[in-house]
Amino acid sequence: MATDVAAPKAVTAAEFKGRVDPDWCPGCGDYGVLAAVQKALVELQIPNHQVATISGIGCSSNFPGFIETYGMHTLHGRSLAVATGFKMANHGMTVLVTGGDGDGFGIGGNHFMHTMRRNVDLTYLVMDNQIYGLTTGQTSPTSRLGMKTKSMPFGSVEGPINPISLALAAGATFVARGFSAEQKHLTELIKQAIEHKGFSFIDVFSPCVTYNKDNTFQWFRPRVKKLEENSGYDPSDWSTAMEKSLLWGDEIPIGKFFERTDVPTLHGSEPVLNQGPLVYQDNRIPPEIAKGFIDELM
Amino acid sequence: MRQSFAVGIGGAAGQGVATPGDIFAKVFSRRGLHLNAYNAYQSIIRGGHTFLTIRTGPEKITNMGDRLDLLIPLNQDTMDRHLHLLGAGGAVLYNSDSIKPGEHADGVQICPIPVSQLADISKNKVAQNTLAIGAALSMMGVGFPALEHVLAEQFRKKEQKVIDENVNLARAGYDYATQHFKPFAWPLPMTETKYAVLSGNAAMAMGGVAAGVKFYSAYPMSPSTGVLHWMAEHARKGNIMVRQVEDEIGVVNMAIGAAHAGVRAMCATSGGGFALMSEGLGLAAQAEIPIVVIDCQRAGPSTGVPTKTEQGDLWQMLGAAFGDYPRVIAAPLDIADCFKLIPEIFNVADKFQCPGIVLCDLLLSEGRLSVDPKELDFYPEIDRGELITSNGVEHEPYKRYKITESGVSPRVVPGLPGYTHTVSSDEHDEDGILISDEYTNTTKRRAMMEKRMRKMEGIEAAVPLPQLVGPANADVTLIGWGSTYGVIEEACEQLREAGISANYLPVRWLVPLHGDAILDLLKNAKHTIIVENNYSGQFARYLRSETSFVPNGYIRKYDGEPFMPHHIVEAVKEQLAGETNLSVPTHEIMV
Repeated sequence: MATDVAAPKAVTAAEFKGRVDPDWCPGCGDYGVLAAVQKALVELQIPNHQVATISGIGCSSNFPGFIETYGMHTLHGRSLAVATGFKMANHGMTVLVTGGDGDGFGIGGNHFMHTMRRNVDLTYLVMDNQIYGLTTGQTSPTSRLGMKTKSMPFGSVEGPINPISLALAAGATFVARGFSAEQKHLTELIKQAIEHKGFSFIDVFSPCVTYNKDNTFQWFRPRVKKLEENSGYDPSDWSTAMEKSLLWGDEIPIGKFFERTDVPTLHGSEPVLNQGPLVYQDNRIPPEIAKGFIDELM
Repeated sequence: MRQSFAVGIGGAAGQGVATPGDIFAKVFSRRGLHLNAYNAYQSIIRGGHTFLTIRTGPEKITNMGDRLDLLIPLNQDTMDRHLHLLGAGGAVLYNSDSIKPGEHADGVQICPIPVSQLADISKNKVAQNTLAIGAALSMMGVGFPALEHVLAEQFRKKEQKVIDENVNLARAGYDYATQHFKPFAWPLPMTETKYAVLSGNAAMAMGGVAAGVKFYSAYPMSPSTGVLHWMAEHARKGNIMVRQVEDEIGVVNMAIGAAHAGVRAMCATSGGGFALMSEGLGLAAQAEIPIVVIDCQRAGPSTGVPTKTEQGDLWQMLGAAFGDYPRVIAAPLDIADCFKLIPEIFNVADKFQCPGIVLCDLLLSEGRLSVDPKELDFYPEIDRGELITSNGVEHEPYKRYKITESGVSPRVVPGLPGYTHTVSSDEHDEDGILISDEYTNTTKRRAMMEKRMRKMEGIEAAVPLPQLVGPANADVTLIGWGSTYGVIEEACEQLREAGISANYLPVRWLVPLHGDAILDLLKNAKHTIIVENNYSGQFARYLRSETSFVPNGYIRKYDGEPFMPHHIVEAVKEQLAGETNLSVPTHEIMV
């Protein structure tokens, strides 16, 4: 199969403009995430045809339709599984996975855990609004204890999960948290995540302006503190990252909690990929191998 | 009646039933004999009862047959359970130190082996097995060198001492039998052909390799695990990626991701795992990403009987995932067909960009058959369908779901400049843009639905029609699907010998069914009977729903074990005599 034969040209923002404009509610946090992703790809000069954007289902999972790349809008909770298969078949492409907290930590929780332990070279952006939006406002796995929603009108009696600690415990090799309103900071995180060789996870506070009246932009703004502004912070120190991940309340850290670069990626550990991406390899086996398979049965 | 010889070896799980089975299979196939092996076992790692039947002969052996010629019980339990199966001319070989024979039919040769006199049992715990193999081959008229050769191969990874010890034991058993037991009346013949012996699971895995599969994903589940094992052990040599995934939901979605990236992707499971995959199947259909899923049926529902066979998943396949969508479903007829079907179904799935389902079952998956190695063609035709792989030409703006007459819209391998697009599980327009949040989309929805479903016409034309086998004016016509092919074939032969002319219709492609062609084939049939391995007659109900065809009778079995030829023969006789129109044969081997 032939690969890219187009002459290289500078990558501009125009090529990432989606065919349709997002139909998120006015003021939704997801707009900021979309803009940051587009900006990061331009700054990294990755052409749109070398990017796959893969999502599950939900408001934020409509993301692939709003950015011009090779997009996949898959099933609720299954984006990481689909993305792993895609990356294994063509590891030459940059793979972004986008979705929400319900999609990733609820129905897709199992895949989240296993994708991290496998260190699949993907960038996973969760637009975390602590609520189910597209189903019109039910409790999500990150909704705070006591939060009142249509599905738990008397307040949630279940504590939320902590995506950052969970990712650290599951062996993610790049763990960060962003805030949709902190554009420049978020863009920088996304760039680092894409460049990270291995699984990179960014939990992005992306407030739902329609259904979540608790965790709003106004609520987050005074609370978020950038880890980078803390001069002594060392993102290679897992224990400190774990400690910082537990902070919640008046001070909520954002930024890169943790990164390690000494773990091989899944595709890097696969000898069958030594000859390049699977999709460009010959789909016929050599006759001596075929003969060997038959001889074994004789 | 075709000449054949059947050996039954039984014992507790962990007593080493498999090794003698492998050795007999090698000796037979290298003698140029056909063979069929079926292992009846339970979901237990140690203990219980395992009973392996190997049937061999110079003509094609398509099933386990009706009778045993030689019984090798490795424990008393096996002796007690199965001695009654032997008839005149049969023989039982056993360790007389620990096992006692019971009541038996006249003419059965009782062959005690004094194991402790012939071997040092303190050193070799499975000495009785090796002695019995040697004794058995002597009685079958097979020269010792053939066994010596296979033993050396069987233990090639062990040191020479182990090989010598086993060869000496086998020799002792061989000589003891030559001196003390009467050889079988029918010494095993020899032919010039050499056969490959393989399971259906290995055959499907290799068929995948032949089809150009580059990505295989799975979660262990009996009886499909053999496909994973074969792939895990061999695929790397062919540069094929194998992934063990956290659950079957992940399995199918990973395969879909790989398939969308442009490779052929396959996965295998059993009914329970398939249930978890259903939603993914819908995604493959809606996003138009071709994948092939193998379902190795076992007795259900739920966890059911994990180590027993059944054809009970048909309606799950027909109804898998909600909504209407094009799909193909095919059931391999025998183990060689397990190999051949995979490249065929991939070509259909690729051309029509839809999921393909292979409906296998434990009988084929875990059974073993002799196959002429020429039938294992690793270079069949590969047709990827309309796939855009190169760039550099001017083209109109690319529409992934372009409305076409055939319903097929050319796919592109992601990575090409100028063809970016989004595939979607939501309903979409030609461009891949979601239409679920638009005001007026009934026209687009209808057009897209009709585009996808139009593919069924092409699929129907691409898939071969079913064929009736045997004389046109037969007294009885047996209709089966998938794995019952072999046993029905032999039952027809036995019916003919009993003066009842019989023909049969083996159905291999279930979707598309070609209902009109089936009606045409059956229009002059005198007496039709549908044979299947399930309770409710799933195929009979399906055929009726598609064609309004109602047969004269039914033969069903749902005890976990496969049909034996005489089950079908006796059922046909009672139905032709007007005694019943539903026969449920009793399985007489207690396993």
